[in-house]
Amino acid sequence: MKIAVTSTGETLDSQVDQRFGRAAFFVIAETDTMDFAVIENENLAAGGGVGVSSAKLVIDAGAEAVLTGNCGPNAQRTLSAAGIKLFTGLTGTVAQAIELFKEGKLTETTEPNVRPHSGVKK
Amino acid sequence: MLNGLVIAIASGKGGTGKTTIAANLAQVACGLGQEVQYLDCDVEEPNGHIFLKPKINRSQQVTVDIPQVDLEKCIGCGKCGEICQYSAIVCIKEHVLTFEQLCHSCGGCLRVCPAGAIKTKPLSIGQIEFGKAGNIDFVSGKLRIGNVRTPSVIREVKKCIKEGCLTIIDVPPGTSCPVVEAVKGTDFVLLVTEPTPFGLNDLKLAVELVREMGLPFSVVVNRDGIGNNDVEKYCEAESIDIVMKLPDDRRIAEIYSTGQIIVDVLSGYRKRFSELYEYIKSVKAGIDDKRRLRIWRKNNS
Repeated sequence: MKIAVTSTGETLDSQVDQRFGRAAFFVIAETDTMDFAVIENENLAAGGGVGVSSAKLVIDAGAEAVLTGNCGPNAQRTLSAAGIKLFTGLTGTVAQAIELFKEGKLTETTEPNVRPHSGVKK
Repeated sequence: MLNGLVIAIASGKGGTGKTTIAANLAQVACGLGQEVQYLDCDVEEPNGHIFLKPKINRSQQVTVDIPQVDLEKCIGCGKCGEICQYSAIVCIKEHVLTFEQLCHSCGGCLRVCPAGAIKTKPLSIGQIEFGKAGNIDFVSGKLRIGNVRTPSVIREVKKCIKEGCLTIIDVPPGTSCPVVEAVKGTDFVLLVTEPTPFGLNDLKLAVELVREMGLPFSVVVNRDGIGNNDVEKYCEAESIDIVMKLPDDRRIAEIYSTGQIIVDVLSGYRKRFSELYEYIKSVKAGIDDKRRLRIWRKNNS
């Protein structure tokens, strides 16, 4: 199945980006084959609404699950409407995160774990 | 007496003394027989009422329109989400999600919906209070706590500008959207600053803003005596008039901290504000002269 992982870089060895809405990249991986595509996050320039537009991005990419560090309320609501499973609290590399997912070691969450605008640089 | 002038009291840096200048000018002008209207447009934290102590006799809600989708009519085409520049409405499978706080009320989604499934509903974002402080007409906007539509509340407050009098607008600090909304369309801007490095840095930003907007302006220096004379040098180099200076007088701070009008307690400062009022009258005369000249030229070309 296709899953999306937020990433700071363009390879499977990149660190998981701790932000969902303002992640630098989204790695869309096919868990069976480990084929993957990298989408650069073009929503970063926006002042607001980034959680929603990034959620739309991964929905349109066909992902059935999202692995990330933190996810805010607008993104969580949008992903939930699409029936996408959300997994937060991921650290380490993208490859490590995907491995944990495949081994069934992650717990799905149905709530945001950070407040709005948490990903904006201070 | 002035018959119709709208001035905005702004700054770059916060805490320079906008409300002090605005409230005292209002008080002095009114005392000289001028019809005055005071508009507190610092809607995130209005404080004019602390000093002018108006008697509030009326208040009205400020609402903005946000989309309401009739899911029976919706055909799931997603056009509403495509046109929205703010991600405030989005089509996900058979769900249409709306995000109230992201909506800018542009009406785009209503326009493009082929099924006529989108109507508007009002969202309360704040209120406006009306009253009288002595003979001063007092209007104050207040944004609902937790809401973000500051410029929308300011816009509604400015719709209350009365013709034929001197309208003094207390503007929020800074140079962002709320400030632009508050100074837009006014006849003249007074930029209040303090003679310090921070004061100068932020004054330059404010000057850039009013110049970009084509608004005539002058500078008022508050707490003159602290810091250095770089603000003075900057204004001279830029041919900007400094039309009033208030000294760094501890008594002013003490009076301010008890919520009083300076000129009511320290009558010695009345003269300065009278002179500021005279200056503003000459600004109005200049504007009127330019208008007469434009009309004359148009009729004689």
